Amino acid sequence: MITLTIDGKRVTVPKGTSLLDACRIAGADIPTLCHDPELSLAGSCRMCVVEVAGRRNLIASCVTPAEEGMQVETESEAVIEARRIILELLLARHKLECHVCERDGDCKLQDYCYRYGVKDSRFKGEEPHFYKEDPNPFIERDYDKCIMCTKCIRACAEITGAFAINLKNRGHNAVISTAFDLGLKDSTCVFCGQCIMVCPVGSLVSKVEKGRGRTYQTEKVRTVCTYCGTGCTLELKVLNDRVVGVNSIRDEKLSPANRGALCVKGRFGWDFIDSPERLKEPLVRKNGELMPVSWEEALDYTAKRLKEVKEKWGSDSIAVFTSARTTNEENYLLQKLARAVIGTNNIDHCARL
Amino acid sequence: MNGEKRILLEYADKINPEKAEDYIKVGGYKGLEKARKMKPKQIIEEVKKSKLRGRGGAGFSTGMKWSFVPEHAPVKYVVCNLDEGEPGTYKDRIICEKNAQALLEGMAICALAIGAKKGYIYCRGEYPHIVRLLNNAIESAKKAGVLEDFDIEVRMGAGAYVCGEETALIESIEGKRGEPRFKPPFPGVEGLWGVPTVVNNVETFACIPYILTHGAEWFASIGAPDYPGTKVLTLTGDINNPTYFEVPTDYLLSDVIYKLGGGIKGGRKLKAVQVGGSSGAFIPPENIHTSIDFDSMSRIGASLGSGAVFVLDETRDIVDVATRIAKFFEHESCGKCNPCREGTFRMYEMMQRINAGRGSEEDLENILVLSRVMQKASLCGLGQAAPIPIETTIKHFREDYMRKLM
Repeated sequence: MITLTIDGKRVTVPKGTSLLDACRIAGADIPTLCHDPELSLAGSCRMCVVEVAGRRNLIASCVTPAEEGMQVETESEAVIEARRIILELLLARHKLECHVCERDGDCKLQDYCYRYGVKDSRFKGEEPHFYKEDPNPFIERDYDKCIMCTKCIRACAEITGAFAINLKNRGHNAVISTAFDLGLKDSTCVFCGQCIMVCPVGSLVSKVEKGRGRTYQTEKVRTVCTYCGTGCTLELKVLNDRVVGVNSIRDEKLSPANRGALCVKGRFGWDFIDSPERLKEPLVRKNGELMPVSWEEALDYTAKRLKEVKEKWGSDSIAVFTSARTTNEENYLLQKLARAVIGTNNIDHCARL
Repeated sequence: MNGEKRILLEYADKINPEKAEDYIKVGGYKGLEKARKMKPKQIIEEVKKSKLRGRGGAGFSTGMKWSFVPEHAPVKYVVCNLDEGEPGTYKDRIICEKNAQALLEGMAICALAIGAKKGYIYCRGEYPHIVRLLNNAIESAKKAGVLEDFDIEVRMGAGAYVCGEETALIESIEGKRGEPRFKPPFPGVEGLWGVPTVVNNVETFACIPYILTHGAEWFASIGAPDYPGTKVLTLTGDINNPTYFEVPTDYLLSDVIYKLGGGIKGGRKLKAVQVGGSSGAFIPPENIHTSIDFDSMSRIGASLGSGAVFVLDETRDIVDVATRIAKFFEHESCGKCNPCREGTFRMYEMMQRINAGRGSEEDLENILVLSRVMQKASLCGLGQAAPIPIETTIKHFREDYMRKLM
């Protein structure tokens, strides 16, 4: 264990604890843009800098191990000045359109500018020029809002393993890009949207959710994805009794199977809920046309036909194929029906949808 | 004579740097021979005792650096930084062109000291002829059998200034984008391919054979007591002899300019001198009577850095020079950390405005605030040093700036 002093408070932490964690244990609220507990460290946003006695420079707390006897100040004059200037530098390259931004009210840049009273940037000059349309149905990439935290790159590589994006160019012209700067659909992107999950600003947003309600306007309903048997936890954003989006829940206790990670279906494939094409009642084909019928009629008809087929051709002429979208209990019952009632082992499952 | 003291460059142009035999004839590889009879710890102790400090610019104790390498790590590397991207600096090229074998010997001694079997020389992309020279020199040394089982490979950079930063250099050797890593872990513990690695500058390695051959006391007695030895300086700008010199480290900057350099071109007066390359501070004439060693330079708010000496005469527009330097850093910032990526860009914008007569006093104040934050909060030395030439020109030549303001 090591003991250090943070903002005048003595704290004891296990050896190997990062200074950031130690500061948080001491109750200090350290701003971060590039840090994510599930991703490799970058140490690049420099928002988490703190002042350590005896050190010439400010120290990025996320990448610095806490050391015995350190005297740390988390909100000294120099620290606040550095954070303000960094925010102003980011604002100067940021397309400021909070009034129409999906992430208004859920944006770290906004939060930190509010916290440090950064209204405007003294470094305004060349405007942001990084926007490039990406024609794909799911992910909007507006790099005019990008703050270059590179969390999307790391999430893509380290959570999903798709390696679809990385940096190109240098200095101020550095920008997130696919190989050869192709659209995402021509890259190795699998449209899982983990990049959207980790983006701290409005640079990466879901095209499916766009304009349908901001996070603070919506009611949140935690649920389990119905697409397959993995059991990913997700959070539905509900507005006026309609599902308008999906959030990740990254807390391992609440989201044990996936810790927020989703696939293209879970993150983007929820628009069927209110689709006019959705089946809501049983249909039976009568005179070549599908007609809505009552459940009783539909079940009677199905039972009658199954019986006829079984009598004429035998049990094994029937096969039952069930779905990943039904529950385990329902699948169990269906195989019971197949084996015990129909009398066949011809039962299978789509496993994943 | 002119006060030069040549150790590294004693046999410049008298031996063929590619040929190990030539070097052996003038006493070469004796240091390595001696090192082979010593225990690794003794070698490190000897280097520590010599008080040799890094010649790449940071001035860190070489022996200390070597001692950080964990003894029992199974694989370790020796890496030579020959990226020499600092504008106006060409001393590493000169050392290779005149005495490449000393570099190889120095690396081999380091390998013995830390227990490495493989070394890399990372050569800047603009020096293809040095790559050829070094490859020939390595082949010759191997043929002569002096390197024994120590293998050296030359890797070529692709022109990024930031790859002179040791961790960005390591990333580049690994085939990755040239971006600095955060420290700790330092390369001595976790370097190339994640194993303990010593990264030293060409000149640092080239000093090692002489320390082993002639003894640490001998080396420590040369030049400034806390930064002993010699330093190869490269002169550029408005100077009569724009060439290289090797001097003891207690040599005066004023003598570099007026004795070795032969004074300012056309008999004009000195406006300012920048030591250490583009990231160095500008020194006004009243401060040049200072010894060039690391600590003396620090005391006047400057840095010895790589040992480049860039002289400006009284006719030069210092604001214009500083603007060009700002452009250089805007171009060379890798883009990893916020203060440097956006800071160098906005700094150049503001400098352009001022230089074009469209700047305001507010710009000047904003530059100073930005400069302070970049120095304190940037991830690596590039962003930390980039504002120094601007800040020091504002400090010493504020009236030149004021004249250009709106």
